[in-house]
Amino acid sequence: MAEWIEACAADDIDEEDVIRFDHAGRTFAIYRSPDDEYFATDGLCTHEKVHLADGLVMDDVIECPKHNGRFNYKTGQALRAPVCVNLKTYPVKVEAGKVLIQLD
Amino acid sequence: MTIAAFDTAKRPKRDYSLVGESTRWAVETGLASAEWYHTEVPRKTMKELMKRTDGPAIRDTVLWIALILGSAAGAIYFWGTWWCVPFFFVYGVLYGSSSDSRWHECGHGTAFRTDWMNNVVYQIASFMLMRNPVAWRWSHARHHTDTIIVGRDAEIAVMRPPDLLRTGFAFVGIMDFRYALPGLFRQAFGKLSDDEKSYIPESEQPKAVAAARWHVAMYIATVVVALYTWSFLPLMLIGTPRLYGMWHMVLTGLLQHIGLADNVTDHRLNTRTVYMNPISRWIYWNMNYHVEHHMFPMVPYHALPKLHELIKHDLPEANPSMWHAYKEVWPVVKRQLKYEDHYLKRELPPTARPYREEFHNFVLPTAAE
Repeated sequence: MAEWIEACAADDIDEEDVIRFDHAGRTFAIYRSPDDEYFATDGLCTHEKVHLADGLVMDDVIECPKHNGRFNYKTGQALRAPVCVNLKTYPVKVEAGKVLIQLD
Repeated sequence: MTIAAFDTAKRPKRDYSLVGESTRWAVETGLASAEWYHTEVPRKTMKELMKRTDGPAIRDTVLWIALILGSAAGAIYFWGTWWCVPFFFVYGVLYGSSSDSRWHECGHGTAFRTDWMNNVVYQIASFMLMRNPVAWRWSHARHHTDTIIVGRDAEIAVMRPPDLLRTGFAFVGIMDFRYALPGLFRQAFGKLSDDEKSYIPESEQPKAVAAARWHVAMYIATVVVALYTWSFLPLMLIGTPRLYGMWHMVLTGLLQHIGLADNVTDHRLNTRTVYMNPISRWIYWNMNYHVEHHMFPMVPYHALPKLHELIKHDLPEANPSMWHAYKEVWPVVKRQLKYEDHYLKRELPPTARPYREEFHNFVLPTAAE
């Protein structure tokens, strides 16, 4: 059953940036967009299992730090080779200054 | 991935195919797709360095195109006289050498912030270099995953024991031309080698074939124009600059990894940074800061000098010139002719974090410092 998990405080993430969140043996990437919205995806690039939290956020895009593959972190869509497989995304909400993500 | 303890005795003789014994060994020991050493850089600083902007690459690309067109115009105007030679000299280097750095940076997507600009320059530069734009994108991704891991890296320029004749011919493009053009024709006929299939995902392979067909069609068109006009000039402008203009690419590019360690997971051991003159740096788009580029491939070429200043305390001292770097590595390459395990281990400054000897000590006994 899906549950909401507290990932971090909303101001732990700078605008247009990403941080890593590990939970129950899994790793996630939590994003704050330039429009001050929050998003979450799997934490590892679908190409070579590199942590996306070390990458670069540009508008709606996260670029992997190892091979420069790109995803739309809002939809998970793979945008630029060498990534071909989409990234899994998770619902996010902000409550009382905390970022929560819904995990299945 | 964790790297298993190496048993040197079980390491197979170097096999540079990507589907052979060395491949198997690299995968089994965890050298393939391993976690690599990085110098610590605060996230905020790294974000500043990674920041993308169109300005520097637009400026450099406008200049690049203007110089290419200008030198081509001069070469055409003076065709048939000796005065065309200096124009072809400039045109050749721009076409056959500077295209490599444009291909490289735009392949990474770091040159321009606007990605279609990266893609346009990448396609043009790939054509100039006789490189299949799809296949080479994947081979370069592999080069970054498994830099100079034998049996995994598709872009090892000087293998061991070194083939000096082949390396020498590379300066005039003969070997590269010899393999690049037939390779494009083979791919255009729908045949990818086992090595290519090992790093190009199945879903991308038809795109590689289609790209090869476009390139081959353009080369055939050039030959047809040359025959129709009964002039060698079209071939001097398209295709053969790959022969007479690639010396600068080889001169600078060979230094990236030659004579250094293989099968290690620390770019400080297998990659070299060399200070170069401003013209070479412009042609090479700052790839002389090569350790920095491999450690942090997201940093655009124009920010590499800043990155270098920031992390040089943790890297072997940069070679002060290309001459110095070649002088340093020549005895090592000569020795590798007899003892292929021999390599140059560049000393770290006292401010650096030490090499992770436990991962690399299987080759250390023959290292030259």
